[in-house]
Amino acid sequence: MNISGILLQLFQNTLVVLVAPLLLGWVNQCRAWLQNRTGPGILRPYLNLFKLFQKDAVLAHNASPLFRFHPYILFACMWLAASLVPVIATDLPLSPAVDVIVLVGIFALARVFISLAAMDIGTSFGTLGARREMLVGFLAEPALLMVFFTAAAISHSTSLSTIVETLAHKQFVLHPSLAFAAIAFIMVLLAENARIPVDNPSTHLELTMIHEAMILEYSARHLALIEWASALKLLAFSTIGIAVFLPWGIAEAGNWGAIPLALVALFLKLAAAGAGLALLETVSAKMRIFRVPEFMGTAFLLAVLGLLVHFLHGS
Amino acid sequence: MENFYGQLINLFAALLLLIAFGMLSQRRVLSLINLFAMQGLVLSVSTMFVAYTSHQHHLYYSAALTLVLKVLILPWILHRLIRKLNVKWDVETLINIPTTMLVGIALVVFAFNLAAPISLMAGTITKSSLGIAMASVLLSFLMMITRSKAVPQVIGFLAMENGLFFAATSATYGMPMVVELGIALDVLVGMFILGIFFFQIRETFDSLDLKHMEKLKED
Repeated sequence: MNISGILLQLFQNTLVVLVAPLLLGWVNQCRAWLQNRTGPGILRPYLNLFKLFQKDAVLAHNASPLFRFHPYILFACMWLAASLVPVIATDLPLSPAVDVIVLVGIFALARVFISLAAMDIGTSFGTLGARREMLVGFLAEPALLMVFFTAAAISHSTSLSTIVETLAHKQFVLHPSLAFAAIAFIMVLLAENARIPVDNPSTHLELTMIHEAMILEYSARHLALIEWASALKLLAFSTIGIAVFLPWGIAEAGNWGAIPLALVALFLKLAAAGAGLALLETVSAKMRIFRVPEFMGTAFLLAVLGLLVHFLHGS
Repeated sequence: MENFYGQLINLFAALLLLIAFGMLSQRRVLSLINLFAMQGLVLSVSTMFVAYTSHQHHLYYSAALTLVLKVLILPWILHRLIRKLNVKWDVETLINIPTTMLVGIALVVFAFNLAAPISLMAGTITKSSLGIAMASVLLSFLMMITRSKAVPQVIGFLAMENGLFFAATSATYGMPMVVELGIALDVLVGMFILGIFFFQIRETFDSLDLKHMEKLKED
């Protein structure tokens, strides 16, 4: 642990928090292009956040302190998750803490708080959203864990840093098990980030919304923090996906010369991931809410298959 | 480099298993046929790689035969059939897909365990794929059991043949050419006969649902 390591960690933490809305804007812009619309421009999320921070917050009379603190907790959780992932370099000062199970735990913590806060005011929409979030979440979580276990079984470690080291910097090996895990991971990503087959991020139709129903009561800076946290969650999931399935380009420990290249690679990969996500959202239709368990069940199944195939080939 | 091809073949084997599960979960007949064609393509390409790595020239012919028969001719016949039968957009009501998938997982575990001692004895580069081949056979079998309509059952039968072919390739570098040609001809002729059967079944029962055939029993 040296001073440059700490500086790099701080740089990464600032980078993720600043880049997150850009990724969201890029996804929205790609979606607009694919749907033959002009689109709001990729800087739109920043302007939205700016606008929301300017406004006066409105709180319900019966809001408890939990309701007010929740946006900060959510934001902190997502920022922590996004900055723990080895985005540009492995073996940073925080790396020993980046256990994949811890990451799942952080997401679970955020989910518990967002559901509690949604039920806090007592509106029917909030409760409905919280229940649906839990329905999706309890099925997405084991699938995500199985995906991580597949990667962990390959590199004999649950530390994300070691996983990246093994996959990117050791001899190149094709892992069929990771192909299964990747598909399962994409399905989990769609569900966890409230993207289209599971939830529509741009709807306020009561029959279909999940995530939006939970945050209906929030306004101004609270809403801004929640939206920012959602953007951070999307970034965290994208970078986890990149770290596990496309780790090439992430700088090795102590290799300072590779940092600029790692940055370029990161932005290219994020741009590709965002465009892919937009494409996936455009070509697929929103599912009925009761089809979601089947969707998540398939994700879990694929992840389990990945693990089984890994043990079959014994590599 | 040899090792890399081995990994590539394993990757294709994994794809085969993935497609088998995709077929198990697919509700639409049209997508089912496309998945079947894709499975044939993966099978053909992986056979080609096995042929290249093991220098078994007869496997090239097998791969070409698979390509022509299972990627081009059979899907074409099936497409024509469902167009004539007008069941193109048929959505089949199945018993609960997630349950079927869970049974599928159990079958995969069973097949992997079953294949483990056999693949220890096999000396081929593809020996670890034997488990996947057996799993594909069992999954196709499961698909035949859980479907009620005639066309998906036939596709399940054809997919099972794919699995068997892959098993033969991974355990012993394929069957003798005569046997393979015989099977290919059998499958083709079988397909023609089944196609005629479909029309007969529909004419008699006004539906392709095979549970109507229980009426044929003599009490």
